[in-house]
Amino acid sequence: MLGKLTLSAIPYDNPIIMGAVAFSILVAAVVLGSITYYGKWGYLWKEWLTSVDHKKIGVMYIILALVMLLRGFADAIMMRAQQAFSFGASHGYLPAHHFDQIFTAHGTIMIFFMAMPFLVGLMNIAVPLQIGARDVAFPFMNSVSLWLTVVSAMLVMVSLGVGEFSQAGWTGYPPLSELHFSPGTGVDYWIWSIQISGIGTLLTGINFLITILRMRAPGMTLMKMPVFTWTALCTSILIILAFPALTATLAMLTLDRYLGMHFFTNGLGGNMMMYTNLLWVWGHPEVYILILPAFGVFSEVVATFSGKRLFGYTSMVYATMAIAFLSFTVWLHHFFTMGAGPNVNAFFGITTMIIAVPTGVKIFNWLFTMYRGRVQLNSAMYYTLGFIVTFVIGGITGIVLAIPPADFVLHNSLFLVAHFHNMLIPGALFGYFAGYTYWFPKAFGFRLNEKWGKRGFWGWMIGFYVAFMPLYVLGFMGMPRRMVHYNNPAWHPYLQVAAIGAVIVLLGIVCQIIQLVVSIKERAETRDVTGDPWNGRTLEWSTSSPAPFYNFAQVPVIHDLDAFTDMKEKGIAYERPKEYHDIHMPKNTAVGFVIGMLAFVFGFAMIWHIWWMAGASALGMVISVIVRATSEDVDYYVPAAEVERIENQRHSQLGSLSTVDVGDQGDWEVAAPA
Amino acid sequence: MIRRKANNILRLLSLGAVAVLSGCSSNMVLLDPKGPVGAHEKTLILASIAIMMVVAIPVFVMTFYFAWKYRASNKNATYAPKWSHSNKIEFVVWTVPTVIVAVLGYLVWTDTHDLSPYKPLVSAHKPINVEAIAMDWKWLFIYPDQHIATVNQLEFPANVPVNFRITSDTVMTSFFIPRLGSQIYAMAGMQTRDSLLATEPGTYVGRNCQFSGRGFSNMQFNAIATSPQQFKNWVEKIKQSGSNLGMAKLKELEKPSRVNPVTYYSSVRPHLFDYIIHKYVGGGTATMTANAAQKKPHA
Repeated sequence: MLGKLTLSAIPYDNPIIMGAVAFSILVAAVVLGSITYYGKWGYLWKEWLTSVDHKKIGVMYIILALVMLLRGFADAIMMRAQQAFSFGASHGYLPAHHFDQIFTAHGTIMIFFMAMPFLVGLMNIAVPLQIGARDVAFPFMNSVSLWLTVVSAMLVMVSLGVGEFSQAGWTGYPPLSELHFSPGTGVDYWIWSIQISGIGTLLTGINFLITILRMRAPGMTLMKMPVFTWTALCTSILIILAFPALTATLAMLTLDRYLGMHFFTNGLGGNMMMYTNLLWVWGHPEVYILILPAFGVFSEVVATFSGKRLFGYTSMVYATMAIAFLSFTVWLHHFFTMGAGPNVNAFFGITTMIIAVPTGVKIFNWLFTMYRGRVQLNSAMYYTLGFIVTFVIGGITGIVLAIPPADFVLHNSLFLVAHFHNMLIPGALFGYFAGYTYWFPKAFGFRLNEKWGKRGFWGWMIGFYVAFMPLYVLGFMGMPRRMVHYNNPAWHPYLQVAAIGAVIVLLGIVCQIIQLVVSIKERAETRDVTGDPWNGRTLEWSTSSPAPFYNFAQVPVIHDLDAFTDMKEKGIAYERPKEYHDIHMPKNTAVGFVIGMLAFVFGFAMIWHIWWMAGASALGMVISVIVRATSEDVDYYVPAAEVERIENQRHSQLGSLSTVDVGDQGDWEVAAPA
Repeated sequence: MIRRKANNILRLLSLGAVAVLSGCSSNMVLLDPKGPVGAHEKTLILASIAIMMVVAIPVFVMTFYFAWKYRASNKNATYAPKWSHSNKIEFVVWTVPTVIVAVLGYLVWTDTHDLSPYKPLVSAHKPINVEAIAMDWKWLFIYPDQHIATVNQLEFPANVPVNFRITSDTVMTSFFIPRLGSQIYAMAGMQTRDSLLATEPGTYVGRNCQFSGRGFSNMQFNAIATSPQQFKNWVEKIKQSGSNLGMAKLKELEKPSRVNPVTYYSSVRPHLFDYIIHKYVGGGTATMTANAAQKKPHA
């Protein structure tokens, strides 16, 4: 009846896990309890859970990302603590099978349930507004994507208390991840959570590709698109090309585990090298799926806060495209040590290095955007500057690792761990934080507190260096990654320092939480009535903050790359249309949420081999899709009068401001270019 | 000729980086290698870091200088809000990284071929052959020419190349002696190769560095470089110990275990290494890969 699921699946005997479970349940209870107490269920259901509005979906994605960031970071600090203590006679506080789950969960969560939702959230909030669209191309599909991602994260959380998580590392290399070596449900949790969220991500990729290609406002040619939209486009293309490889690879591993097939097993024709290749055919483009949107954020932030056009826009676009293309030509550098011949290794080493060229160009373009600008050093710029300096160090160590013989001694070491954190923390996460700060007023109508934002930045920045520079040194000391215990006394002090670094990052995170609380409290003072708090350059700043659900009362016409700056200079930025028209909008629907919940049940049933439940939930999903597909009641028109009423409100607000506040436009003294 | 010159320049460059990094004691095993493979790899790492400073240092300087000079409060600085293109700058920012990558690319091509682990090291001495087998969670070493085997200990004379054939009797692992250089994966049903040499006697830690499950942390061994005479004595001592590694003992060894004591076997069932590989070879693809793995090493 319940497959492999019995009460013994709950690890009662492990106080650390039970503590984590109790804490998670407590937090969930507090959240659900206060929703009930304040009677917000109806509001939550109508305005959020069933919403197909890209801005709200974006916000929900980012909430998911922030929650999972806390979970992933809890794993990180536990690992650092274990390695700081587990030396010689002391074996730390984690047994190997628990430690192995923690580093697997850390990697899986940070990539799939922190970074991916964060960047998809930012794309949701910004892209349709930047291109002057009213929503994404497929708003309902967007809701499905969101809920598939959310329930996958829930599956990972459930693995904490029911059963176990994978102990095979986040890349799940077979044969270790095969049934013979990992007979528990851990790998199955890993497989199904990634599979389900992977489908959601693929749908997102399709959605944004079509949105960007088909829904741009008149006049916005491809070469007039904001750079963030360009990076979103490239990321969408990468998602569409790369994620099916992951889905297929995991499907083959699933067949091995569930039906006794031999794609990747030891013996009987199985070949683990095939898995390694296929995984990284997805895995390396994935790195750029994560990093390109952050590059886009930096481009927006650095131009806006330098009060200046982005330097070398065309270069930037070609560099982005080049990186996207090259990302498919380097996957083998993840396993130079597998014994491929020197011709193959050298080829992939060189292609890897070639990526450094467009990346280097981007760095210089950001720098020359600041050159002869008026740089406002706020927290979003702090993240940008911190990124540039730190990312260059990660780039250097990346090039070192791209030299196959150098990789022969550095691979699998803490040097490697330090390197990819050095790329992903500044290169992706700092970008997301900058985007979070930058677009927060657009999403909520008030700005984030700067003082606490900067404190948060310093926590992350200093914490990063203290936590990861020792890991580079440990790599030179020959310390491999993923050790639950070691006897080498030379490593011990460096691991203690690294643990202190994790604590400093924790302080940064605490500052960010305080920032959010303080910002909400003082929102009256930081309210953004103009819709343009930063003197922005792109279309999202031309509408109110938060943007009305239809985004633009009248679809704007684009004449320049910095479309909104151009409008401000021409003095037409806040012009009202002669008359308003009815606006065609999608209706909210519960089907996305329902499909998500059914996917959760399906995943859980597959993990525990509860076949009847898996069948029933799969059937439920199919029926939901059919019901939705055959429904005619999916859209409506907002009457012109209603649009006018909302727009009147905005313009009466704008009118109450002095003209200086609104139209801080175009009175710069123009200096001669160099 | 050009190669040598290039190598000399690299060595000079790397000296600079050494100066920076060599607050390092002998604990930095990769920067204090005990063999030619490790030494070459160390030079490569330091030289590439040095070359990349050409780009990195200007970036560091420009980041801080531009952010400071063009800060919003500095009204004396030139402000050019429309300036967004310069062919000169574009030329430089595309060219300089390209040149650096071209230099490094040349280095990658030559040195990847020089340092192929499949290429036996050249030496006046006759190499020692060792067959290394990864097990859960220990290393079995077979000396096919001496007909002995050990668990978790590897002994060989210094200044004599050691040619390894490597496979796994369990999941994918990686065979690595950091002080000597190049690691290589060990995979069931397949054979990889490595060729290492120690230039001075000593005891160097070797291990599996590819995560392989619960006993991974302890999956290490001592690689002991001795004199030829001591090595001979060691082999003799093992041959006297009188324990044979046959199928029964192999079955014992294959059971997962952690922190195995060093064990010696005075004789080994012939072709045990090939037997372990062929255990996993069944069906078309695996045969093919095993054959591919057994191809002649690169010359």
